[in-house]
Amino acid sequence: MTTYKDGRRILSAPLSDDDLRSLRIGDIFYLSGTLTTGRDAVHRRVVEEGRALPVDLRGGVLLHAGPIVRPLEGGGWEMVSIGPTTSMRMEKFEYEFVKATDVRLLIGKGGMKENAARACRDFGCVHCVMPAGCAVAAALSVEEIVGADWLDLGMPEALWTCRVREFGPLIVSIDAEGRNYFEEKKAEYRRHKDEQLARLAKELAFRE
Amino acid sequence: MTDTIARFIGFSARQLPDDVTAKLRELREKETGALPKVLYEAMFRNMELAAELSRPSCQDTGLVQFWLRCGTGFPLINELEGLLREAVLQATAETPLRPNVVEAFDEYNTGTNVGRGVPCVHWDIVPGWDGCEIYTYLAGGGCALPGYATVLMPGEGYAGVSRFVLERLTEYAPNACPPLLVGVGVASSAETAALLSKKALLRPVGSHSENERAARMERLLEESINALGIGPQGVGGSYTVMGVHIEHAARHPASLGVGLSVSCWSHRRGHLFFDRELNCTAASHAGFQP
Repeated sequence: MTTYKDGRRILSAPLSDDDLRSLRIGDIFYLSGTLTTGRDAVHRRVVEEGRALPVDLRGGVLLHAGPIVRPLEGGGWEMVSIGPTTSMRMEKFEYEFVKATDVRLLIGKGGMKENAARACRDFGCVHCVMPAGCAVAAALSVEEIVGADWLDLGMPEALWTCRVREFGPLIVSIDAEGRNYFEEKKAEYRRHKDEQLARLAKELAFRE
Repeated sequence: MTDTIARFIGFSARQLPDDVTAKLRELREKETGALPKVLYEAMFRNMELAAELSRPSCQDTGLVQFWLRCGTGFPLINELEGLLREAVLQATAETPLRPNVVEAFDEYNTGTNVGRGVPCVHWDIVPGWDGCEIYTYLAGGGCALPGYATVLMPGEGYAGVSRFVLERLTEYAPNACPPLLVGVGVASSAETAALLSKKALLRPVGSHSENERAARMERLLEESINALGIGPQGVGGSYTVMGVHIEHAARHPASLGVGLSVSCWSHRRGHLFFDRELNCTAASHAGFQP
């Protein structure tokens, strides 16, 4: 479901197909609902070892993140700091991971490549990025940690399931058609690089 | 001294050094695009909240590194490595820092931020001096990924050095949380160049090499990397770097070693000075009470 508040576009999880297909690369939105963190070790368990996730991610949201969490007196957990980690590390696993879990929104840092883009095209999934290094602001959007699984992986790698409110800003990096914002931008950056190298070669001919 | 360093590590996980904050403010003013503006707004809001709520500003509080410039007459020189290790344990529990130390081969997280060779301590010994400077650096994982060192044929020259830097950054900078501080080491071999490239990140942002040609190359590289158009967090923008710092050493006639290290925008570098009475000042963070 999509709502608007103070000019902000807010999507509620679980996301409908219409929600997902309405997102285009470069769009900015915020997320309310439930998400689960998972990164390298979680992907390896699911993809390489074929283990089932202890959390139901069907139609749900996976955040590539390793948070700082503090146990609360009297049980439960407090989210201290949470922010996205480099999504590219999950690229190798992401097609199989999306296929195995039916997750529909991936949030992380930086772009992903063809394997993730193919998952987005084939399954109607979306990858987006959020501002990295903004872990306190993000933690304040976590209302409650509602699940903690695979804690044997250590704090950064465990599955933390969180209820969030207006979590973001999120910027769409790969949309459900498979268009890839960062790869398109990278083609520009590479063109600029060639121009700059030609300039630098002339300027940097230092001799004795 | 252990307590002071532990408190400082915690402080530097929450508040960026003054020079980095000033540079980010300048770049924020200069960026005009819609996405960069949204990102800078989020970054500055987070910096304020981290200070206000006393929490680490980034969840990746990194591996703790120390670079020491220590006089042989400093009274605690023999105890220094032990107390730095103790300070990391203390800061990890008190701040709290995220436990980030995974033992190689055994592949388990120690849970304490201490492990084999970590915290990493580099020494510069100063004969006949009785003071000690400690650079602290919370080195996040994401901005370690662009790190690279190689040895070029000298015939490739400084144009070859700039090619090495630009090619690496075009591919890796977007994911490493720009605007970056870029450290380049120029020396004889891979390890000397790599070490100098990391040391370059400890200099105040925007400082220049004392070598005129190296300083010129710093300016040229800064312009060229900005001209790539990568911008904050890789979304596209006019400023990709906070600065380019080059450190150099003499080389063998037949080799040109070059190293690259970068830091993310959240450059959590600190600088403490202790005199022989253990009086402490924090040049990097005016707000820290030793």
